[in-house]
Amino acid sequence: MSTHWFSLRFSSRRFGRWLGCLLILPLAVMLSGCDFVVLAPSGDIAAQQRDLLVVSTLLMLVIILPVMALTVFFAWRYRQSNASATYKPDWDHSTKLELVIWAAPLLIIICLGALTWLGTHLLDPYRRLDRIAPGQPVTEEHRPLKVEVVALDWKWLFIYPEYGIATVNEAAAPVGRPIDFRITSSGVMNSFYVPALAGMIYSMAGMETKLHAVINHEGSYTGFSANYSGAGFSGMRFAFHGQSEANFDQWVAKAKAAGQTLDRANYLELERPSENEPVRRYATVDPNLFQAILNMCVDRGKMCMNEMMAIDAKGGLGLEGAYNTLPLEYDKFARRGSILGPRPSYVASICTAEEAEAAFRAAQAAGDDSIGPRDHSPLRGAGLLRPWTRPGLSGVMSQLDVPALSSRL
Amino acid sequence: MATAAEKAVPTFYVKDEHDHAEGGSTMLGFWIYLMSDCLIFAILFAVYGVLGTNYAAGPAPKDLFDLSLVAVNTTMLLLSSITYGFAMLTMEKNRVAATQAWLAVTGLFGLAFLGIELYEFAHMIHEGATPQRSGFLSAFFTLVGTHGLHVTFGTVWLVTLMIQVGKRGLIAANRRRLMCLSMFWHFLDVVWIGVFTFVYLMGMLR
Amino acid sequence: MAVPQPVETTFLFGRLTWQAFPLHEPIVVATFAVVALGGVAVLAALTWFRLWGYLWREWFTSVDHKKIGIMYMMLGLIMLLRGFADAVMMRLQQAMAFNGSEGYLNAHHYDQIFTAHGVIMIFFVAMPLVTGLMNYVVPLQIGARDVSFPFLNNFSFWMTVGGAVLVMASLFLGEFAQTGWLAYPPLSNIGYSPWVGVDYYIWGLQVAGVGTTLSGINLICTIIKMRAPGMSLMKMPVFTWTSLCTNVLIVASFPVLTAVLALLSLDRYVGTNFFTNDFGGNPMMYVNLIWIWGHPEVYILILPLFGVFSEVTSTFSGKKLFGYTSMVYATVVITVLSYLVWLHHFFTMGSGASVNSFFGITTMIISIPTGAKIFNWLFTMYRGRIRFELPMMWTVAFMLTFTVGGMTGVLLAVPPADFVLHNSLFLVAHFHNVIIGGVLFGLFAGIAYWWPKAFGFKLDPFWGKVSFWCWVVGFWLAFMPLYILGLMGVTRRMRVFDDPSLQIWFIIAGLGAALIAVGIAAMLIQMFVSVMRREKLVDETGDPWDGRTLEWSTSSPPPAYNFAFTPVVHDNDAWWDMKKRGYSRPLSGYRPIHMPKNTGTGVILAGLSTVVGFALIWYIWWLAALGFVALLATAIGHTFNYHRDFHIPVEEVTRTEEARTELLAARS
Repeated sequence: MSTHWFSLRFSSRRFGRWLGCLLILPLAVMLSGCDFVVLAPSGDIAAQQRDLLVVSTLLMLVIILPVMALTVFFAWRYRQSNASATYKPDWDHSTKLELVIWAAPLLIIICLGALTWLGTHLLDPYRRLDRIAPGQPVTEEHRPLKVEVVALDWKWLFIYPEYGIATVNEAAAPVGRPIDFRITSSGVMNSFYVPALAGMIYSMAGMETKLHAVINHEGSYTGFSANYSGAGFSGMRFAFHGQSEANFDQWVAKAKAAGQTLDRANYLELERPSENEPVRRYATVDPNLFQAILNMCVDRGKMCMNEMMAIDAKGGLGLEGAYNTLPLEYDKFARRGSILGPRPSYVASICTAEEAEAAFRAAQAAGDDSIGPRDHSPLRGAGLLRPWTRPGLSGVMSQLDVPALSSRL
Repeated sequence: MATAAEKAVPTFYVKDEHDHAEGGSTMLGFWIYLMSDCLIFAILFAVYGVLGTNYAAGPAPKDLFDLSLVAVNTTMLLLSSITYGFAMLTMEKNRVAATQAWLAVTGLFGLAFLGIELYEFAHMIHEGATPQRSGFLSAFFTLVGTHGLHVTFGTVWLVTLMIQVGKRGLIAANRRRLMCLSMFWHFLDVVWIGVFTFVYLMGMLR
Repeated sequence: MAVPQPVETTFLFGRLTWQAFPLHEPIVVATFAVVALGGVAVLAALTWFRLWGYLWREWFTSVDHKKIGIMYMMLGLIMLLRGFADAVMMRLQQAMAFNGSEGYLNAHHYDQIFTAHGVIMIFFVAMPLVTGLMNYVVPLQIGARDVSFPFLNNFSFWMTVGGAVLVMASLFLGEFAQTGWLAYPPLSNIGYSPWVGVDYYIWGLQVAGVGTTLSGINLICTIIKMRAPGMSLMKMPVFTWTSLCTNVLIVASFPVLTAVLALLSLDRYVGTNFFTNDFGGNPMMYVNLIWIWGHPEVYILILPLFGVFSEVTSTFSGKKLFGYTSMVYATVVITVLSYLVWLHHFFTMGSGASVNSFFGITTMIISIPTGAKIFNWLFTMYRGRIRFELPMMWTVAFMLTFTVGGMTGVLLAVPPADFVLHNSLFLVAHFHNVIIGGVLFGLFAGIAYWWPKAFGFKLDPFWGKVSFWCWVVGFWLAFMPLYILGLMGVTRRMRVFDDPSLQIWFIIAGLGAALIAVGIAAMLIQMFVSVMRREKLVDETGDPWDGRTLEWSTSSPPPAYNFAFTPVVHDNDAWWDMKKRGYSRPLSGYRPIHMPKNTGTGVILAGLSTVVGFALIWYIWWLAALGFVALLATAIGHTFNYHRDFHIPVEEVTRTEEARTELLAARS
């Protein structure tokens, strides 16, 4: 069931383009350049999402088309001027007919609901890929490419931790290699979306979202924020290159050759709001930068979110903790405090930044995810982690998931 | 037995109609309003449920709440509900002076409740546990404060009604108004039971 | 490094300074000039013709549900013009901003326009029109003389006006929110939106929201308590049923909006941490809470129109509604389910597969009762005698348009499909497809259907048909390109584009908007022409469509007391039943009728609320405090007035009814 999870499969891109152009057949002739990227994507995840979209549409058309046809037919047939049509002014009930009109949509929805349940679980962006393409399962050899994504005002920062490089407004990945995106935001909520690659996911400050995807065809694609985030939103676009291994290595080398360093101080400069930023490349990146951004403690002296949550889980810092704040001197914007509230402030870190970094490094070396920053995405519904839940509950998570899937995770 | 003619043409309108008593829908309307208000409290409870343990490395309920003070406070509000009940009983017996007296007692208990709550708030703010210090404190002050604001309005309303009863006695309109305030007052009591349990008791247990 | 600056305020004017007037924006200045000239002209005309006293006595202070209903409709239509102007500006900007062009709107202006468009269209167009229709029709349909709380009804209306005034004021004084119509934090929080835009949004909606909640309570009580004898719940007309469900939804969802906006304003005014990124706040909680209100809101808008379509289909097919019982149950099921689907507005938050599929499937389940309704209308037409008058034309257009919108809606409820279409123009096309194709077409059907009841003459059919075709064709032309653009991966709220191949679609959509503009103009001409030709279009019977429900049993327009004698109901098509079984209008035995008195308190209270809102927006604390005290004093003062009713003398009732008797006799 896993790789070919519904029987209708389509020969990828050509089908989508054909379908898209059919919708607008008369204009298609006029407009040869219609690029229905959602219907003709280049990544396997997006292609499966497209398949689900098409199948659902067809399934619904089974009932929509007859309804529309009947509407037109009845409207024409029983028009007042047509005296030959039957007129039954008091006919208002038929149990059989009522059964049909409730059952028909019900049946469609049962089918669609089943498809939805399967599709949602199999195409969950948090779930690791199990195939590169139809009939091409992920094996041990497929080493996922880790990409850390930060939505800034109003540009995208990509950090490649394995290569120690970072780029602004340009990303790349080798064709056929699973990509493991970790996504956060510096302040305002955005949505990370490369239509050719895979569906979108929100990027939120102090929280991490994940996206697993793969690009199957070489090419240069567009990525952007799909959630309005303020004045510079329209220019928050980047190029996403699907490349051969060799070209990707060259791309990495280009960044390495750029020579610039992205450390905390540089990041704080970069973080300031700016619009329509050109591509930038950084040869080296502070290895803890993403964790610091995620935990909103790039600015030294601010308490990291994970540290704060660990303290909160133990019951806070007591009454003394009430005054553990310092006035906020730096901010991206001119004014942040509210008119009747106190001056803007931040919670001060209780240990030094060096200590915090050492703790990160130790945690990462040990490969222990639970010591490092946790998944903070809140309000996740029944059985899912809430922000203050202690780590180590991942076992509970998998129990609550569909058994067939948890074995896959 | 209806005649055949009456069967053929049934009655289609009320011939002998009397005035509808004014305020026939008031109790239902007020009840529905209370439910909508209840929803506001539900949201505030939900917000407290989500933010209630986000102390932002600041103080937690255990550091802040004084259960004995809250117990006194709760007693004040519960007693005020009982005395309001007595006011309603005397109203049924049409005893204006006794009703007014019980209403006054209710108002005093309400004021005592508000006084203790304000003292608690002032004390917490003095200790640095301001509503701005953490998500937990924001949610706490807003939930408890909204309840307090309702009690304040209830008290203003109570005084208004006492004046109106004083001027016109226990006429039907005033009785209806006293009934509405009664529902409002007991409703606030019920909400407070929720606050007491969910915020204070469970906060101390955490 | 920028040090956080405190905001500069003065005691007298708060943060209101000369800079608040957008004199640097030529578009706004020109708009202001036009609005100001028009406004002055209207005011001068009212003064010249000495209409102020009449308006104040007969309309503004009226507690008559019919007059309040008509005022709601006028508010909705006026605001429609504003909301549509925003739409045209967006279409123009998006059609222009290609090939390096920035278009003609800067980000600050454009972002306000799409926010204002959404807010105005939902809160100040759709809501007043729907509320107005319910206000006018429901008491007549249930054989009542007014609503349960007539004063509250007047107050509710003026609160809605107050909210609209605040939103309109933002056009010329300061700015409106640049956050999108739901103002998600952290963007809407003080750090990212420090000026007055979001505050206008908050207080505009809070003031209007109070009115909406109270009118919801009022109509529930009216429907439950004031039905004519014999009208059991299952004998209520379908429009009354859908109105009941809508008002239950209003009462059970608007308090959520009130609470959420109150929390947002606490964050903005006193620096609490509900929706902040740090200090343990949680912006995603706002997104959840606002949609717990927002999704039921969608059904608040559409349900009454489902009722309208039911009435219209059955009347113009000359046939009993097919499947009345299943129609009622479908409505109730939709009402309940509408609370269980809110998360489908943000599947992409990363809630996990199980949560997403739960909410996806509950959303799909709603399409079952909705589908059943469509079938019921279909089988009402089946073996009927369909008269294609304007209301019926809108209904057929609705059935064809809405099914497409419903289909794309279910499509978006499939989470993986939503991952590729969320926030795209496909989504924009979808909700316009259901809101224009459902809510607006329904309102137009309802207006054309009940217009003769309200004014005593029909609407001009020629201009109605012009408007109909412009709207329907214009709608498809304006929104099909957006579906297509969505499939090309184009996201919403974009101001400039870099792919030139998209431009043609935006131009087509712009042409569609232009056609809709003609449709709106034709509708206004239709109303004007109808008033001019009212002698020709007159309906003296009170029952121009051969109607089935009680509102058609009284005169058009109905007398202040609606019914000289309260009707007794035996069937769910009460008036049809009366006509069929030989009802004859009573000609004597009139009695004086007990009615509520007019009062100006509603206008004053709503005006004071608006002033308080304005003062809070601009940090003018003394005015806010003063306004609040005045508000409280007026409200308390009002409760000292025990004489709120009077009797219409029997002579007047007799005179009115005999005039109608003569009119009817002259006809036959």
